[in-house]
Amino acid sequence: MKIGVPREIHADERRVATTPDVASQLIKMGFGVAVESEAGVAASCSDEAYAAAGCDIVASASDLWSLSDLILKVRAPEGGEEKLLRPDQTLISFLAPGQNPELLKQLTESGGTAMSMDSVPRISRAQKMDALSSMANIAGYRAIVEAAQHFGRFFTGQITAAGKIPPAKVLVIGAGVAGLSAIGAAKSMGAIVRAFDTRPEVKEQVESMDAEFLMLDFEDEDGTGEGGYAKVMSDEFIAAEMALFAEQAKEVDIIITTALIPGRPAPLLVTADMVGSMKDGSVIVDLAAETGGNCELTEANKVVRRNGVSIIGYTDLPSRLAAQSSQLYANNLRHLLTELCPEKNGEIVVDMEDEVIRGATICIGGETTWPPPAPKLSVAPSQAQPEPAPIVVEKPKPSIFGPILGMVIAVLALLGLGAVAPQSFMAHFTVFVLACFVGYMVIWNVTPALHTPLMSVTNAISSIIVIGALLQISSADKVIMWIAAVTVGITAINIAGGFAVTRRMLEMFRK
Amino acid sequence: MNTQGLFELPVGVITVSYIAATVLFILALGGLSNQETARRGNWYGITGMAIALLATLFGRVSENYDLLIVALLIGGSIGILLARRVQMTQMPELVAILHSLVGVAAVAVGFANFMDPDRMLHFEGVELTIHDIETYLGILIGAVTFSGSVIAFLKLSARISGSPLTLPGRHWFNLGLLIGAIWFGYEFVLQSAAGGGLNPLIIMTVIALIFGIHMVMAIGGADMPVVVSMLNSYSGWAAAATGFMLNNDLLIVTGALVGSSGAILSYIMCRAMNRKFIAVIAGGFGTGGGAVAAGGGEDQGEVSPIDPQETAELFANAKEIMIIPGYGMAVAQAQHIVYELTRALRDSGVNVRFGIHPVAGRMPGHMNVLLAEARVPYDIVFEMDEVNEDFPNIDVSVVIGANDIVNPSAQTDLEGPIGGMPVLEVWKGKTTIVLKRSMATGYAGVQNPLFFKENTRMLFGDAKDSLDAVFKAL
Repeated sequence: MKIGVPREIHADERRVATTPDVASQLIKMGFGVAVESEAGVAASCSDEAYAAAGCDIVASASDLWSLSDLILKVRAPEGGEEKLLRPDQTLISFLAPGQNPELLKQLTESGGTAMSMDSVPRISRAQKMDALSSMANIAGYRAIVEAAQHFGRFFTGQITAAGKIPPAKVLVIGAGVAGLSAIGAAKSMGAIVRAFDTRPEVKEQVESMDAEFLMLDFEDEDGTGEGGYAKVMSDEFIAAEMALFAEQAKEVDIIITTALIPGRPAPLLVTADMVGSMKDGSVIVDLAAETGGNCELTEANKVVRRNGVSIIGYTDLPSRLAAQSSQLYANNLRHLLTELCPEKNGEIVVDMEDEVIRGATICIGGETTWPPPAPKLSVAPSQAQPEPAPIVVEKPKPSIFGPILGMVIAVLALLGLGAVAPQSFMAHFTVFVLACFVGYMVIWNVTPALHTPLMSVTNAISSIIVIGALLQISSADKVIMWIAAVTVGITAINIAGGFAVTRRMLEMFRK
Repeated sequence: MNTQGLFELPVGVITVSYIAATVLFILALGGLSNQETARRGNWYGITGMAIALLATLFGRVSENYDLLIVALLIGGSIGILLARRVQMTQMPELVAILHSLVGVAAVAVGFANFMDPDRMLHFEGVELTIHDIETYLGILIGAVTFSGSVIAFLKLSARISGSPLTLPGRHWFNLGLLIGAIWFGYEFVLQSAAGGGLNPLIIMTVIALIFGIHMVMAIGGADMPVVVSMLNSYSGWAAAATGFMLNNDLLIVTGALVGSSGAILSYIMCRAMNRKFIAVIAGGFGTGGGAVAAGGGEDQGEVSPIDPQETAELFANAKEIMIIPGYGMAVAQAQHIVYELTRALRDSGVNVRFGIHPVAGRMPGHMNVLLAEARVPYDIVFEMDEVNEDFPNIDVSVVIGANDIVNPSAQTDLEGPIGGMPVLEVWKGKTTIVLKRSMATGYAGVQNPLFFKENTRMLFGDAKDSLDAVFKAL
């Protein structure tokens, strides 16, 4: 099956859907890969590198679409691309079917198969295909880089000979994938980082990154919505939240906002008044600019300066780290293709029984299959499921009959022995039984760590049997004498070897 | 036979020496209760042995000193040489072969005693019968110990296959051998009273040798800890039987100590595998290579591999690491690099600990000795019961060449071959890294659901090479 990777035609889009590294892995899975000329240049992937990985380089987009069975893209088709899909063709890309009903309709009508990377269900098994998380991670990191670019001071604090440099204070609103990534990046540059989120369970994650989690003085309201995203909160909650932000705005130097609610305009979190209260030279990076922005003054795709505060509204932050985001996105695609191609024979099978594939597929064979049925196993419910109770190993009730029978037999045997055995034997027998009990008591005290030395030392002392041979070696009978001599030699091996090796082992045990 | 020795020591002095030796032996075993007293305990043992030997040498031996000294010197030198040369991974083999020597000695002493013409002068009637039975038992146990230990040695050193030999009707075969041994015992006692009896004795010895071979051949590799400790026990009972034969309390006491020690070890090992002693001895468990997985056909999900670089990052970011070594660590000789890694991580503030399952390895305490050899301090090495509660707080558990002892199906599938066996609950930790050569099953032949858990990562390859790579990446 031929995979085609066209050049992205969206303005300023630098990403590409596969990299030479990933392409060579796809080729190993049995696919053929064709790449449009200069598709990866902006992401530092040259045509030569693709060719070296075994890809065909195709000069024009129309040729590429016509010769490929499977198209991998980053952005949704536009500018005529959407009309190129054939019934026998499959398109995998970010498609956002919820936001683009017109595109969904067109793709359905084409009769081809379309899979949307943003529709991959958020379940554990599909994490490796979760391109939204990959991109969010990059966006969070890049947001800090952009902020540093526009911020006139250090992030880290220092005491220098010329004076003190205070560390920058960063507030991250929304501790999702992007927020956590921003926290990590800001923290590693030395800033003091605070974070806020409506979902209390992310507190632990924030604190694990050494950032401070801002708590709202408010009765418990859990902001966790379906699929791990946030949901709309009550008015009282929002009021308390806004008060907190207003207070923080006076203090912090940089605000990163990442608050998104799926399918709705971004919530307004930073008002014009708050921007006015911020210090000169402060920076706001609004990751929600595409859906209206969390800041009142944000303008999408622009950097604006209001009251001395730079407000960054880029919507293409992943594209601004094109090499990194292309690599991660290509890997997400590769994982999805691994699921689609279980035989590794270069043919894809769209198995609508598979939850991941079903979720991603938005149309197939002229039918719209979006939205998918609710996921059977979303993250939250599976956590809520009670842990299976630890199974207690039920021991069968010991039969009381067995031990009693054993004891009766033992007592009878001993009585029988006592009846016939001479006194001298019984004396030795007493010693024997007592020694068994002493051994029992002593051995249970031995620490399991020393069981090997225990075996070697008991081995050495059981060679006390040498005494038997010593008693016999003075015999006048030559045969007995020689047997005894050999026995002495053998037991001497044991005595010397057993004690020496025990000593060697015990020497090794150290604190 | 109670000949007066060269130095004519009074009998009382010899008896007192023997009592001293007995006490010292008990102290030697008692000393092993912890690592600090263990070294002193070993010296008690050496002293006890020296006292017993000297008392016998000067008090009871009258002739052939030259031969005696030569034998002692040759044997002693061989023993010390063996002890110096042996690799710690080969300890189970060494212990097995030393057990076989005790078995040989018991047989030899028994035969020599039987051939002593004075025997008939000392005993008569019931006493002679009892004495004969003692001789017979001493030789019987000695011969089983000898042949069993030799086979165990061959299996442990991989000179023969570790997989169990399951002859058809082997239980009947064993029963036949037992009946044969009893019958010839009866014959021996009858003939001995008439002054003969050598033939039944020799036949019985052959039967006992065959029994020992067959018994150990039928036992699989994973049950070796039980076998080794059982043979340890037998060597003690052989010494005790010899003590009865010679009317020597020192031998009886020492034999009983060793015998009960081995018996307790066998019991501990069986309990750690949730198996009955009889079932282990009956053999046939663990098909060795473990190519056939019971229930392996069912869909277990997929395993997630990890490379050394990522492993190193996981280690560096962890606060609590638990290492669970198994026989695979011994095979790969990985204990030294494990220590290097441990030291580097501990120096950077990571709390690295070791969790040892009682049956990890091929003999009781095998892993502890290997780690000690690699200079891992013993106060970070813990028993299973000490650490099993801690797993929810562990960031990374590292399973090195172990399988059945970390298998969650022991708790979920009670009907399975390892159902109910106590295991280290690594899957309760945050991440588990399993070092393994391949996806083959362990000795029990059971597929391990641990490998398919979401928080488990597989680091395939030779444990030593993998850990070397991880260490470099750190």
